[in-house]
Amino acid sequence: MAGKKSARAESHRDLLRQMLRVRRFEERCVELYSGEKIRGFMHLYIGEEAVAAGVCHALATDDVVVSTYREHGHALIRGVPATTIMAEMYGKATGCSRGRGGSMHIFDVARRFYGGNAIVGGGLPLAVGLALADKLQDRNRVTVCFFGDGAMAEGGFHECVNLAALWRLPVLFACENNLYAMGTALAKSHAQTDLALRAAGYGVAAWQVDGMNVLAVADAATRAAEAIRAGAGPHFVELRTYRFRAHSMYDPDRYRSKEEIEQWKKRDPIDALVASMKAEREITNDDLAVLEKEISAEIDQAVAFAEQAPVEPVEDLSRFVYSETPLASGGARGGSVEAAS
Amino acid sequence: MSAATTTYREAMREAIREALRRDDRVFLMGEDVGAYGGCFAVSLGLLEEFGPERIRDTPLSEAAFVGAGIGAALGGMRPIVEIMTVNFSLLALDQILNNAATLLHMSGGQLNVPLVIRMTTGAGRQLAAQHSHSLEGWYAHIPGLRILAPATIEDARNMLWPALEDPDPVLIFEHGSLYGMSGQPRPGPVDITSAALRRSGKDITLIAYGGTTGKALAAADALSAEGIEADVIDLRVLRPLDDATIVESVGNTHRAVIVDEGWRSGSLSAEIGTRIVEQAFYQLDAPIQRVCTAEVPVPYARHLEEAALPQVPSIVAAAREAVAS
Repeated sequence: MAGKKSARAESHRDLLRQMLRVRRFEERCVELYSGEKIRGFMHLYIGEEAVAAGVCHALATDDVVVSTYREHGHALIRGVPATTIMAEMYGKATGCSRGRGGSMHIFDVARRFYGGNAIVGGGLPLAVGLALADKLQDRNRVTVCFFGDGAMAEGGFHECVNLAALWRLPVLFACENNLYAMGTALAKSHAQTDLALRAAGYGVAAWQVDGMNVLAVADAATRAAEAIRAGAGPHFVELRTYRFRAHSMYDPDRYRSKEEIEQWKKRDPIDALVASMKAEREITNDDLAVLEKEISAEIDQAVAFAEQAPVEPVEDLSRFVYSETPLASGGARGGSVEAAS
Repeated sequence: MSAATTTYREAMREAIREALRRDDRVFLMGEDVGAYGGCFAVSLGLLEEFGPERIRDTPLSEAAFVGAGIGAALGGMRPIVEIMTVNFSLLALDQILNNAATLLHMSGGQLNVPLVIRMTTGAGRQLAAQHSHSLEGWYAHIPGLRILAPATIEDARNMLWPALEDPDPVLIFEHGSLYGMSGQPRPGPVDITSAALRRSGKDITLIAYGGTTGKALAAADALSAEGIEADVIDLRVLRPLDDATIVESVGNTHRAVIVDEGWRSGSLSAEIGTRIVEQAFYQLDAPIQRVCTAEVPVPYARHLEEAALPQVPSIVAAAREAVAS
């Protein structure tokens, strides 16, 4: 019993650590954006951390993640180093995408993190294809595709869930329903706002989860991932969440009330987990202080790395439009770590 | 031993069969490629030979199955995705442009997409506007893609394998009027980088590709009867364009007619014309002529459709004008 209890506490500490890393990383990003170190579009995940932390908790190292333009959290939690993410946002040569992508296009093939897709719904077919490749090559992996409630209004969503269901592909469709498609409320986009119900129409196991409760998310994702690994085909989870910040750094946030935002902040997923861990005596204030200090050091290091990083030479502007080396016969490069395994 | 007589359609099928045999990462997917045998019967019999895992019928979901092809390529497969016609490829344009063509650059060189997309293109069969587009020029606008237009049975037979070996996405445009063309193909391999001089002449260069190559050759025959000898260039590769072959020919003939089944405005013909002006301006003895599809949605009625498209007489007339000036 003691072992089980301590394993549970350990898992809670890990979830807390991941959510806090994302929160503190993005808070620093806001400062850096104000200081004009980071430019372009930047979309913050603050408030939604329980979704990424909970879902990724269910994944194995070689599982695949396809994400959206609000993907700092997913990337950090999947092990993309804070240093290379930050350098990417600085537009530096040592950024994970060599300064070609920025905040919206974090890629890290070695960690099977396939972006970073800034066309709403654009990552869904990629996830279906990655899962198809796994199935055809007899690899028992799960591909998680994160997307928002807005993507479910796109035709491509419906095509993809249908195709994945038809071919029983190992995809976990993780719908981050933060109640707004940019500035348009859920009920103004969808005639049927029960999104899980709509996914279920394709013959996919689908249910709603409290996306502010990281334990509930982790539990749901674990159940879904286990079923997918057992060959039960794609699953869909609708994770009801809320972003505390504006859609992007350009958004004046006119479409929702301050009261609504404040109400949701009372359900802050980090506060909620800390409270429950304290009640269970799984964490002390001293532990928390140590954790915060570790995270702060990680972010300081990321910022220092990005500051010192070189920029890509302009002479290299047109690199990576076409591959520089042919594929080895019978193998591949880049995404092809796969073929070797 | 001389090669057996075959058709463009059969040559393409044989190319797919060869690829499926050579590399078990290759599979074909698209609408009606399996049980139906392909809308243009290209894949007829392949389902029986290779089974439903490798010859995959898809729902009518261009965005999903083209995007899934991209994802499968990222995952180590070598997909051949068939889009029934270029007209429907617009439903997958986002995936082709924003993912297939873009991922390598946007990921700083991490994600190459070894995907082949085949589709039928072109007019001439009284199918009316929505089934008669020639949009390969649009795709040739996009950095990151390689665009092929096989105009001969040899190219239909031999372009697919090097396209599959290419680490980057390749789009193959098969003109719908060519499938029934028969002949005896020479054995491969062929390159997928250069244009081909299909006929040599000293007086004028006719530049064509895909479905208009045959028309340009017929026009060259007619011109020859009048004493005008034409170089006929079959572009074969629409992106990246083989400027050298074009410029060398124009350097010899000093006159050029560009034949393009796309619309004139903002077209591939405009790009080729500009490159000639940029690289061979002082070699030109006459203004460049263009023979393109009239700027109308392609109509149904036979006489209207014929009037809308580049035809042998219009190519001949354009060449005469260039030679006369």
